[in-house]
Amino acid sequence: MKIVAICGAGIGTSAILKVNAERALDRLGLEATVVATDIASLGAEADDAQVILTSPEFVAVIGATTADVVVVENFFDTDELTRKLESALG
Amino acid sequence: MPLPPIPDAAVRLQCPAADWREAVRLAGGALEDAGATTAAYADEMVRMIEEHGPYVVVSPGLALAHARPGPSVLADGLSVVTLERPVVFGHPHNDPVRVVLGLAVHSPERHLGLIADLANAFDVADTTARLAAAADADAVRGVLGAVA
Repeated sequence: MKIVAICGAGIGTSAILKVNAERALDRLGLEATVVATDIASLGAEADDAQVILTSPEFVAVIGATTADVVVVENFFDTDELTRKLESALG
Repeated sequence: MPLPPIPDAAVRLQCPAADWREAVRLAGGALEDAGATTAAYADEMVRMIEEHGPYVVVSPGLALAHARPGPSVLADGLSVVTLERPVVFGHPHNDPVRVVLGLAVHSPERHLGLIADLANAFDVADTTARLAAAADADAVRGVLGAVA
């Protein structure tokens, strides 16, 4: 399973999502590869992704995808991310 | 890679800022003063938000301003700015912002460790409030678990 975390720069904010997604997956007892990237590189990474994690600003620019787009409000809240990932993957 | 050192020069407390651009430029100025970036990096951080929106407001009251690694980044760096009065970035959930962190990443392949440490520091829900209330740079470093 593959999860892609995106932000504008591909560093910083998407990395927070990656770190916290991996913690959430641990809690859920699930295994997945989490890749952090920037919005410009999303096409290359999203083809085989099940879930795209992002902030509200990027939803409109993600475009057509078969992945579940999960919008995260508080990037540091592992509880929120765990709940949303569980619902997307369950 | 743990959190980069946060010298006194990287901390600016209770600053007046008229809007989000000023707040982000304060974080950029602190990164420059600390020797982590050139002056151009502040403009790059502002441009990221102009281009992509206020997604850097990553949690309630907290902005993590940053731009891409590049020639204006001289070293990994983290600056901390607290605002006299909160400013609005236009984020749908996390406005207004009281604390702006400036992040400069020199080596992207190694920055996940830094981010993991930052996530640990903010795993406690009142971290932003404690930063906003910090009276000096030592208090800021104490909250984040960073060294000078």
